[in-house]
This record gives sequence, C-alpha cells and structure tokens, in this order.
Amino acid sequence: MGGLTLQYALRRFGIFLMTVWLASSVIFIIPRLAPGDPIQSMISRMSESAGYVENSEKIVEGFKERFGLNDPMYVQYGRYIGGLVSLDLGVSLAMFPTPVKEIVGRALPWSIGLMSISLVLYFFIGNLFGALLSWKKTPFFAKIAISASMIFTSIPGILCALILIYLFAFNFDIFPFTGSYERGLEPAWTIEFFSSVIYYGTLPALSVVLVTFGFWTIGMRGMMVTVEGEDYMTFGQAKGLKPFYLLYRYQVRNAILPQITALAFTIGTIVAGQILVEAAFAYRGMGSVIVNAIKDVDYTVIQGTSFILILITATSVLILDLIYPLIDPRITFQKN
Amino acid sequence: MLKRKSISNPWLNTPLVCGALVIGLLLSSTLIGNIFWDTELAATRSAPLNLPPYGFENMRKQEGVIEHPLGTTNSGRDMLAVMLVGTPATMSIGLIAAGIGMLIGIILGFTSGFYGGLWDDFVRLMADTTTTIPALAVLIVVQSLFRVEVNTMAAMIALFAWPGPTRYIRAQVLTMRESGYVKMAKLSGAPERDIMFKEMLPNLIPYLAASFIGNTSGAILTAIGLEVLGLGPTRMPTLGVTIFFSLEAAAILRDMWWWWGLPTLTLILIFMGLLMINVGLDEVSNPRLRKASK
Repeated sequence: MGGLTLQYALRRFGIFLMTVWLASSVIFIIPRLAPGDPIQSMISRMSESAGYVENSEKIVEGFKERFGLNDPMYVQYGRYIGGLVSLDLGVSLAMFPTPVKEIVGRALPWSIGLMSISLVLYFFIGNLFGALLSWKKTPFFAKIAISASMIFTSIPGILCALILIYLFAFNFDIFPFTGSYERGLEPAWTIEFFSSVIYYGTLPALSVVLVTFGFWTIGMRGMMVTVEGEDYMTFGQAKGLKPFYLLYRYQVRNAILPQITALAFTIGTIVAGQILVEAAFAYRGMGSVIVNAIKDVDYTVIQGTSFILILITATSVLILDLIYPLIDPRITFQKN
Repeated sequence: MLKRKSISNPWLNTPLVCGALVIGLLLSSTLIGNIFWDTELAATRSAPLNLPPYGFENMRKQEGVIEHPLGTTNSGRDMLAVMLVGTPATMSIGLIAAGIGMLIGIILGFTSGFYGGLWDDFVRLMADTTTTIPALAVLIVVQSLFRVEVNTMAAMIALFAWPGPTRYIRAQVLTMRESGYVKMAKLSGAPERDIMFKEMLPNLIPYLAASFIGNTSGAILTAIGLEVLGLGPTRMPTLGVTIFFSLEAAAILRDMWWWWGLPTLTLILIFMGLLMINVGLDEVSNPRLRKASK
C-alpha cells in the first residue's frame, strides 16, 4: 500500500470533515448575524422586483413556521447539520414543493461530466506541453507556439468563454450559443444524443481547458528541469536509450508526481471557474441552477447548491490526497 | 555576459517591468480620465441608448458620436465613464482583499511559527481547512442575502485569502528561528516583536510581494465571479457588474461588442499584468529561476 498509512488517511479524512463542517456552518451563521431573517429579506426582495406581495405578513409567518425559523438557534443549527448529513437540502422556495436535492440532482451529472472530461484534457495537454517545452528534441516553432498559448492561463474562464462565444458562436456560427444538447432531443443512450452533447459541450469544455492547462505546463517544465539533472537520466543516456523512451519512462514518470498535489490545491478554483463558464453558456449544470436561483431569490436552492459545491471540492481534494501516496510510494507522510 | 547579469538589479527584470507598466498605465489613465471626463455619465439614463463607439455603426445603422466615444449601453450609461469608474473599483477590491489577507497571514504565520505548540496546531488546521473551501460558494450565499458594497465585499473575500501567506511565512519562520542571526538577537535580549518584524520579516519581502499580487488577482477573480452571477455591488458599475448587465441584455447576440468587450479586455489586461508582475517577483525571490529563464 506504499505510503498510505492509516494515520495519514484519518488525518486527511478529518480535514475533509472539518472543511465541510466549517463551510456549512459559515453558510448557516452569517445569514443569521444580520437583523431580519432569510425569509423576510426574500419576501422584500420579491416585492422589490415583482411589486406588492399580497398578505406578505402571512406568507412570512407561514414560511417561518414551515421552515422552523421560530425555534431557538441551536435547534435550527442541529436540524440544519442533521439535514446536511442525510443530504436533505430542504425544499425550493421558488418551485415550492420540489426538493432542492432533486433540482441539484438533475444538474449534477452535467457538471461532473464536464468537469471530468476537461480535467482529463487539461491535465494531459498541460503536462504534455510542459514535457515538450523542456525536451531538447522539440522543434523550435513548437516551443514558441506552446509558450504563446500560455497567455490564456492568466485569464479567468468566464472571460475566455465570452470570447469563444463571440468568435465561434456569433461570428463564425460554428458552435451553438447556449444549452447542453439540441432542443427537442430526448436524453437517451443514442449516438444522436451523444454527438449533440459533445457538440454543445465543446465550447464550455474548451473554455475550462484553455485557461487551465498552462498551469500544469509551467509546473511540468519546472519538474522536468529538476529531473533532468538526476543521475539516472545520465545513466539512461549512457545506456543508449532512445530519446523518446528516456523522456517518457525516465523523465515524465518522475516529474508528473508533484503535479497531482498541485491538482488538489487548485481544484477549488477550477470548480468555481467552471460554474461561471456553465452560467455563461446556460449549460445545464450547477452554474445555471445558481443563476436561476439568484434570479428567483430562491434562498434554499442557493444554499443547497453552495453546499454541494463545497462537498464536490472537498471530496475531490480528499480523493487526490488519498491517491497520491499510492502512486508515489516514496512519499512517507510524517505527522508534522 | 554572465558577470553583467549577476550585477544587474534583480528587481529590474523584464516581466516585472512589463507587468508594472501594464498595470501602471491602466491605473494612471483611468485616474487621469476621472479628472477630465464626467463620471456622472456612468449612471443610467445619462446618454442615448445602445450607441456604438465613435467611428462604428451598430446593428440599427446608428453611428457613434464623439460625445460618447466608447459607446453607450442599453440603459444609457456612457461606456467611457463606466470604464473610468469600474476599473479602479475592481482593482481596489483586489488590493483591499489581498492587503487584509496578507496582514492576517503575517500575524498568524509569525506567531504560529515562532511560538509553536497548540496555537500552531490550531492555525495549521484552520489554514488547511480554509484553503479547501471554495470562496465563491460561501460568498454566493452571503451575497444573495445582503448585497454588500465594494469594500465589505473585499473584506469578505479576504477571509479566504490568508492561508497561502500564513503557511509560507510559518514554514520560513520555522527555518529562520534556528539560524544564527535570530539566535544572536535572542541572546542579546531583543524583544520578540523586534526579532519577528525587524530581523525575519525583511527576508520575506520579495515573496510577500509575489503572494500579495497573486492574492490580488485571486480576489479580483472571486469578485468577478460574484458579479457575473448577478451578485455584485448594486451601486457601483465595476467591470464584472458591467459584464453581467451586458450578458443579461444579450449584448453578444446584438453585436454590442463594446459593452461586454471593453470590460473583458480591461480585465484580461489586469490579469496578464498581475501575472507578469508575479513571474517577475518570483525571479527576484528565487535566484535559480533567473538562470533557468535565459
């Protein structure tokens, strides 16, 4: 099992629990620090946008009763945490009896699908480019092209998405503006539906990949330079190994390990960035759920989706942390 | 050749100078513009609607006018005024958030590294935990209820900007604590505060600067995220808020490129400038990079 000790796994899991608990407590406490309450402010926001709301007093009281806002704070907190543990996220305020879990559940596969596909792409492309940048046999023009493509790294995904929409959806009319698949198509395991999903997903995925891969290119290049000075590289060369074999089996394999740690550190930013990209494309993922909930002032949905985002991020980090010692048995995690 | 390089001032490297130029030009031009241009025009209904920039035509064949050289929005905001107000506002969110985050980081990093013990364990646990929390997710909830304005928003973003500096400073303090000059200072009876801030802190300045810049762009990124989702400050047309309004009005479809394009372009310049400064500062604090780069 390499460096994966029970103590290490327990500590990581502890941090995972701490993260989720702390973040969801902040989400619970901060809204209650201010005068008034969520329901009250929701109703007043509603009447701001929709004009006078009839019987608003009664509505507020009814909602308060329904959501138990008249109970003491610790009872509310206990109920809230208990609900989160059983993944019960409450009921949508705007689409009233629909549970938040159902709304999120419909969007989640789209977000996770987009996330995993782009993760594979940017991790592969980024590391490939980084390896090529440091390799002596890479043609000069390729190095220039790779360096130039790194400009995207500093741009947030949402801005990249806007530019891609403008270029490829508006100007050249190659890709669709919004959506996840063709209107009128029924989700099914057919080739037609799949190709539609890929066609509609290209620009959103491209926005995420373009702005993210450079991060790994930079890291990989640095690691490759470090590995290049190692004795076993010289030995491999002296043995007369083919340059590509040497690059792949000797250099890349060793250089890629720290990249996985880097992935754990950045995953939160990437998830947040993807949410915005989804919002820009009206992609059926969590991004659109959040945008719609904000428009409808649907507080429970906003809270629920935020909790799920926190959960996704923390879980990804936990998985990466646990995988890492398995891939690299040299790493022994000491307590301090 | 090699000799000249080692003498030259490390603070004058190309990326740092270029980045500082980009950010400096952007800030100074908006500040100068604030003097010469009426920024009241950034309010709604202060100009004709949907005009293109001067010298261009919009989809309805209207020509741009010199009174509104960068065009107007669908609610009659003058784009030049919006950019002049929005650019410094967006930058200040980043700077305030990074500043507060850095301050917390310095205090926590020094105290936990210097004193160790239970306090150190606590700070480390909090830092490990906070890095994993996606700031955007928490702030969406807060902002959807309160709608705070620019400065409060910056302060809230700062609550997620301290773990980076804290961790680094703590690690550095741990190594510095054992070094000769710190032991010497301790022996000669210097107060602990002086040891921390007069002996140790100056060593960290290049890194702290790089981390400050990194946090600035991170904070701007979070702010943009909130704003584009429609949760920006209500009274200030920051760049993200402007992009949100343009997307709401389908500005891309209506070919109103000046409306979404100008703030997007400015933001890209800001982010690229900050990245270049960061790369430059890395070269200052890490001399090995200087050799590798050229």
